[in-house]
Amino acid sequence: MLILKEEDYKKICGHAEAGLPNEACGLLGGYEEEGNRIVTDVYLLRNVDESREHFSMDPAEQFAVIKDIRSKGRQLLGNFHSHPETPSRPSGEDIRLAFDPKMNYLILSLMGEAPVLNSFHIEKGEVEKEEVRIV
Amino acid sequence: MQIIVAGNKKEVQDGLKLTELFVQEEVETPEYVTVSINEEFVPSERVKDTVLQEGDNVEFLYFMGGGSNGTDR
Repeated sequence: MLILKEEDYKKICGHAEAGLPNEACGLLGGYEEEGNRIVTDVYLLRNVDESREHFSMDPAEQFAVIKDIRSKGRQLLGNFHSHPETPSRPSGEDIRLAFDPKMNYLILSLMGEAPVLNSFHIEKGEVEKEEVRIV
Repeated sequence: MQIIVAGNKKEVQDGLKLTELFVQEEVETPEYVTVSINEEFVPSERVKDTVLQEGDNVEFLYFMGGGSNGTDR
């Protein structure tokens, strides 16, 4: 299970809404405990594609995040991106470009009246939805 | 020799090449991985010739991208 603080959930939603009409993205730092993955830090990154249908992260920004995560003794748990106009599930492109099976892949959909956040484990093209608890 | 990989200390053989570390760390898609050693990017054309040194701090970073294109509405 992925555990995310309410304030961090709101931070992700705010970043996604501020990025409209384009997709927004970011990274999650935290730790594992008793089979759960606890998010302690949400990092808001630029979508260098500046697109409503694609996102890419800037490697320099990613490394800066990694450095901060290491300095806190945490680990990179996952990433998130928004789907402004489509549901909260991975597209073919999301699946094809999910190279790290140790990551949680979060997708926030903004297509409805309220945001919908889901997390997925993606490995070798296989997608499995994971439980997310917002506390 | 000892190096640090993704924040973890590891004992590896002297003269280990970066490409050999890819194998040890089970990096299946190295073409989509950016590497930094001691916080310096390793240009892709130098990856195959890079030999690791004692104390090197190596970070692997998978390309992260995707998008909603192709998602059913």
